[in-house]
Amino acid sequence: MSPFFQLSGATKNFGGVRAVDNMSFGLEKGELVGLMGPNGAGKTTIFNLVTGVYGLDEGEISFKGEDLGRLKSHQITDRGIARTFQNLRLFQRSSALDNVMTAAQYRIPYTFIECITHLGSWRKKEKMIREKSMGLLERVGLADRADQAAGTLPYGFQRRLEIARALALDPELLLLDEPAAGMNAEEVSSLNVLIKDIHSDFGLTILVIEHHMDLVMEICPRIICMNFGAKIAEGTPWEIQNHPEVLKAYLGEEEDDE
Amino acid sequence: MSGYTEGIIILLCINGIAAMGVSLLTGFTGIFSLGHAAYMALGAYTTAILTVQHEVHWLPAILLGGLLAVAVAFFIGVPTLKLMGDYYAIASIGLGEAIRLILENWQSVTRGARGYPGIDPYTTLPVVAAFFLVLAIFMFNLINSRFGRACKACRDDHVASSLLGFNTARVRVLSLMISAFYCGVAGALLGGFLSFIQPIMFDMLKSTELTAVVVFGGLGSMSGSLLGTAVITLITELFRPISQYRMLIYGAVLVIIMVLRPEGIMGNREFISWVRAPFRRKAS
Repeated sequence: MSPFFQLSGATKNFGGVRAVDNMSFGLEKGELVGLMGPNGAGKTTIFNLVTGVYGLDEGEISFKGEDLGRLKSHQITDRGIARTFQNLRLFQRSSALDNVMTAAQYRIPYTFIECITHLGSWRKKEKMIREKSMGLLERVGLADRADQAAGTLPYGFQRRLEIARALALDPELLLLDEPAAGMNAEEVSSLNVLIKDIHSDFGLTILVIEHHMDLVMEICPRIICMNFGAKIAEGTPWEIQNHPEVLKAYLGEEEDDE
Repeated sequence: MSGYTEGIIILLCINGIAAMGVSLLTGFTGIFSLGHAAYMALGAYTTAILTVQHEVHWLPAILLGGLLAVAVAFFIGVPTLKLMGDYYAIASIGLGEAIRLILENWQSVTRGARGYPGIDPYTTLPVVAAFFLVLAIFMFNLINSRFGRACKACRDDHVASSLLGFNTARVRVLSLMISAFYCGVAGALLGGFLSFIQPIMFDMLKSTELTAVVVFGGLGSMSGSLLGTAVITLITELFRPISQYRMLIYGAVLVIIMVLRPEGIMGNREFISWVRAPFRRKAS
């Protein structure tokens, strides 16, 4: 049987820069895996490749036995992959609730005729969308901020809102791009709890990018570490922490002076 | 009611229908157009030709006028709206001019630059009011539905929206087609109101006015667009006696509004949210 998610030999060039270089890794269903590496290592590019924002130059991405290489972003969402963004891509002017509803409507469709007449199942479906969205906001601890414009929420809350929005798509694979960026220690630890909870409660497979070592180390049983677009190590947090290549990537090489 | 007042109300309804169409495209989907008069022209000429030459009843003729505008919007929209950026705005200038020139030069069908006279005055107050009401209800329902959220999502962030499952190109083309339908119907009604149409009525100036009214009312506010249209239509009527200065005053009003309220009269809020605000329950 083919693996749940498999990236094989993925390569992406931007002009003369090889952002991702022959990268391969797989994910089993239900895993919570960390993807770490220094700035510019190509982590976000991997997410962009998986979600169809960029096309692959070489290699293959398969998800539940299907090749994602030729699909567009919205088709990839349809197959059950959702993500958050490092630089937050919320709809700033819309309320927190509207942000989540915009995603939640994807799995609760109704026809165009019902859109313009508000007859038929419009009321029922809109209610379902609203309730599902409120439930998710509650889940990430934002229920009391539902009516506030997303752009005016504190940074940590915006990150949580992005998670709620991604969850509204009923994904099977969730890609979190630096969910802890810009958070203080206290916020990071509550985020840890949130990620672990949604992982078990929603039966999700999660791949999380983070260069906060403590976050990945604490929640991910398996970690993939990359640098300069290529994988340099893979293993348990303990193995990663003691891997010479990882230490070199993060701390620099020791030079032997005469 | 005097004929004059009736005429103004009819004109308000017609301009309102066109403004709603442009508002959906520009205010809600974030696509600027500088050629929407072309869709009005298509609606107006189709209806005129069908009713006068082929003796089709005005009601199906108006709808066919709207549908022809939709078809043209589809062919222009598919290649240009797949690309992000202002490609459609540029293409729409070309479309506007092309349609006007075709109408001027295809004499055997459109009777050219001298205009198309003798259209039945089918646009009576009840007819136009009914069109306005039905189309307004559809439009306000539409923006308060999954399609409205899709448009706004594509306007605000097309990368995020495509990752929320929206086929952004499709949403943009659909929005343009609906917008073209509204303008086509507005054009058809205008023909029936004036009994006479001329290619020059649907020039670049008209297109600019359509977009200006929407910006003036507030991008992302449907009621703002209607309010903007009402203000501009009434100002134009008010200063009819000094008609040589009309464009001057019209320009001055636009400049004043943009200086005092750059986000437009209503910003991106709807009138209803002001009415409802004091009664809203505290979020539980």
